[in-house]
Amino acid sequence: MGVEQTLGNNIIVTSLDKVVNWSRSRSMWPMTFGLACCAIEMMAAGAARFDLDRLGVLFRASPRQADLIIIAGTVTKKMLPVIKTVYEQMPEPRYVIAMGACACSGGIFDTYSVVQGIDEELPVDVYVPGCPPRPEGLLYGLAKLQEKIMKERNSFGAAIGIGERISEA
Amino acid sequence: MSEHIAVAKLKAKFATSVLDVKEFRGETTVTLKKEDIVAACSFLKKDLGYNFLTDVCGVDYLGQTPRFMVVYHLYNLTTKERLRLKAPVAESDPRIDTVSGVWSTANWLERECWDLLGISFNNHPDLRRILMPADWQGHPLRKDYPLQGPGRAPYQGRLS
Repeated sequence: MGVEQTLGNNIIVTSLDKVVNWSRSRSMWPMTFGLACCAIEMMAAGAARFDLDRLGVLFRASPRQADLIIIAGTVTKKMLPVIKTVYEQMPEPRYVIAMGACACSGGIFDTYSVVQGIDEELPVDVYVPGCPPRPEGLLYGLAKLQEKIMKERNSFGAAIGIGERISEA
Repeated sequence: MSEHIAVAKLKAKFATSVLDVKEFRGETTVTLKKEDIVAACSFLKKDLGYNFLTDVCGVDYLGQTPRFMVVYHLYNLTTKERLRLKAPVAESDPRIDTVSGVWSTANWLERECWDLLGISFNNHPDLRRILMPADWQGHPLRKDYPLQGPGRAPYQGRLS
């Protein structure tokens, strides 16, 4: 990477990355996009008892304002183009959580009309198993995604147009 | 239980096309030749008051002849009576006349039947797919359609 040469000092780059990573991981705004019963658990995770807002996770109704899409439920082949459009409308950096057995692998729906895992089409960052996963499961998945974002390198450099973001996970 | 009122009138008017009448647990099923389905439906709606078409569905009796059966569930909202009509459709010529001119709700119900079973409806105003994606190939509710789709090897069991 050309980061060291342009910015000169490794220590400064690392700390700026850390600030960027910290702000990104503490304000992950997911796209409001429920597909099946997992969406009920996702809503429960957002409501008063589990309260995702305290983690800076605010559901947004527009992909333009979202950093994260939680694929919460069964993805049918008919729905797939819609999901891909929404994903492509999201600004980068964007993350994907596959929530539940159906989004991870197709689940019990091993049939002609169901996509056998959203990872066939989108780059998934975190898989949350369960049918459906409890809100605690989703919270753990979000915590794992925060960890992953915190480990990213050159996120500041990529933001000002120098090099690529490096994700090790 | 005495015979359904509509059955006697249907038998009188369409004597040659009534193939079978069945009573089971208070439900009456009349099997008709498919050529007379529109005439019989108009008669049932106009003269006998079956003003609500609850459902149109198709059945695939794979291995039997005729292979398909189109089933109409009728309801009379005034007298609260139900009647089921069936019409056999051959595999070699899987088409039947539309009843969307009688009950307009048949439009979407017949689209579903065509989409999933491939039974086409003559003179239908808008015979497009309704449940499957528009570019889908084949009719997935047919018994000879592979469950996991044509592109995949069939499931052999968990331990295989």
